[in-house]
Amino acid sequence: MKILHPVTGGALAVLFLFPLLWSGYASLRTPDGFGLENYARLFTDDSGIRGYHVLNSLTVAALTVGGTLLVATLGGYAFGRFEFPGRDALFLVTLAILMVPYATILIALYVLLGWIGLQDSLLGLSLVLIMFQLPFAIFMMRNSFAAVPRELEESAQVDGASSLGVLLRVMLPAVRPGLVTVALFAFLSSWSEFFAPLILLNSTDRFTMTLAVVNMRTATFGAIDYAALEAGVTLMAVPCLLLFMVLQRSYVRGFMSGALRG
Amino acid sequence: MTTTVSRPAVAVRAAPAGPRRRRALTGLLYAAPTAFMVGAFFVVPLGLVAWMSLHRWPLLGVPSLNAPANYTGSTGDTLLTDAAWFTARYTVIITVLLFTTALGMALLVQRKRPGTGLFRTAFFLPAAVGFASASLLFLGLLSAEIGPFGGVVSVSGSATTALGAAILLVLWRFAGFNMLILLTGLQAIPTEVYEAAKLDGAGRWQTFTHITLPLLRATIALVLTLIVTGSLLAFDQFWILTRGGPDNSTTSLVMVIYRKAFIELDLGSAAAVSVVLLIVLVAVSLVQLAVLRDRSAP
Repeated sequence: MKILHPVTGGALAVLFLFPLLWSGYASLRTPDGFGLENYARLFTDDSGIRGYHVLNSLTVAALTVGGTLLVATLGGYAFGRFEFPGRDALFLVTLAILMVPYATILIALYVLLGWIGLQDSLLGLSLVLIMFQLPFAIFMMRNSFAAVPRELEESAQVDGASSLGVLLRVMLPAVRPGLVTVALFAFLSSWSEFFAPLILLNSTDRFTMTLAVVNMRTATFGAIDYAALEAGVTLMAVPCLLLFMVLQRSYVRGFMSGALRG
Repeated sequence: MTTTVSRPAVAVRAAPAGPRRRRALTGLLYAAPTAFMVGAFFVVPLGLVAWMSLHRWPLLGVPSLNAPANYTGSTGDTLLTDAAWFTARYTVIITVLLFTTALGMALLVQRKRPGTGLFRTAFFLPAAVGFASASLLFLGLLSAEIGPFGGVVSVSGSATTALGAAILLVLWRFAGFNMLILLTGLQAIPTEVYEAAKLDGAGRWQTFTHITLPLLRATIALVLTLIVTGSLLAFDQFWILTRGGPDNSTTSLVMVIYRKAFIELDLGSAAAVSVVLLIVLVAVSLVQLAVLRDRSAP
């Protein structure tokens, strides 16, 4: 058993790391050694992606992270610190989003965004992605706010600060770990999301990077340019892997607080 | 994810009626953006999908009531029934394989030993990559053209190898994620319980079946629910990796929803399939909640 642990663990670790390393290797491999040819083809081929696809993805990620932080901070403050009619009902409905997987309501969201003129727009997509994030984000921020010592808030109130002043100057610094976790989750999922952009975006010039790279596979009936595809995969994966490694601690902590309250 | 709604420590004491009402108003104001987002983009679409399922709802043009044709009309649709059977079969296979893999990995890295931290990170790292990116990664990895395995597990070879490719992908992408959830449950079991069992002369297997598994019940229910609902909603892995083939053999239910809506341009039928799927998924979640609530049973 003592020897089993490092041997099995090591073998499994290699197995799990191999595809990631291979993807980077395959994206740099060229017929005569190594180079950036596959990346160049990714951005110049007729069926390839363009700079604006990357920009679209960054826009959606920024809007989703910003919007989620704004709504969840205000909502978490309300749920964690105030008593108001309908509070528990609204909290339960927000958590119910987790029970109704979004794939089943995306058809309706597509129609709904059409009614308000946001079909095929990055803003409409971001609003939907913010909604997906809310159950986790609200839950996380509500617990963060509820854990802040009351004395901190009261002393600021005695000084005559308004509730918004208290939120901005006293509470926000105290809930920073929660904000980091919420932002990280919102970035990772909005940057990589595939199904929602596939349903909600129609014009190729509004495609996110994920959608544009997948399109290289699904829209080509001839030979697939696998090496350029792996270049796309590497470009999409590297920001996520780097962010995760840097913020691993808050990711795991957020995970534990969100996953296990049963 | 499962949560219990416990009341947070709220700063309301025996305050006079005036300030208390003002505080309630302030709370409502701060909760307003949440209420708007949840109302507009969750509650309304939920009602709308049910409403759409009762109508002939073309992608372009005016909807007209046709209930219950969207529900009854699909019964003879072999693509739909085949997809339902395939999705059910896939869900059973993935649930067994993914759960046992994740539990085995969680047990392996449960205790702090040299290398454990490194192993945990390595196992979890695939979960940081988007699922669509992971599907594209495996498309190249398993290809005969540039993959190191020469296309042994071909995504377009036969129905079996295509399904096998998707299973490999899902195990790689989600094993670490589910391991982490199981790990949080394992670590919540007090070490004294294990020590007591050891004193009573319990063996390794006995400890596992009589202590670990029963105390891990809530976490196991959560993980199984996540795996079952995730599998019933399978899309990316088949849309990207196998393209639903060969010969529609790996076409999942959500792919049929997409196809009905945006290829057959029939949003009403797509909504009807969504509603049925939604009811099944909510039922699965309710069973999980029942398991969590029922603390008296072992």
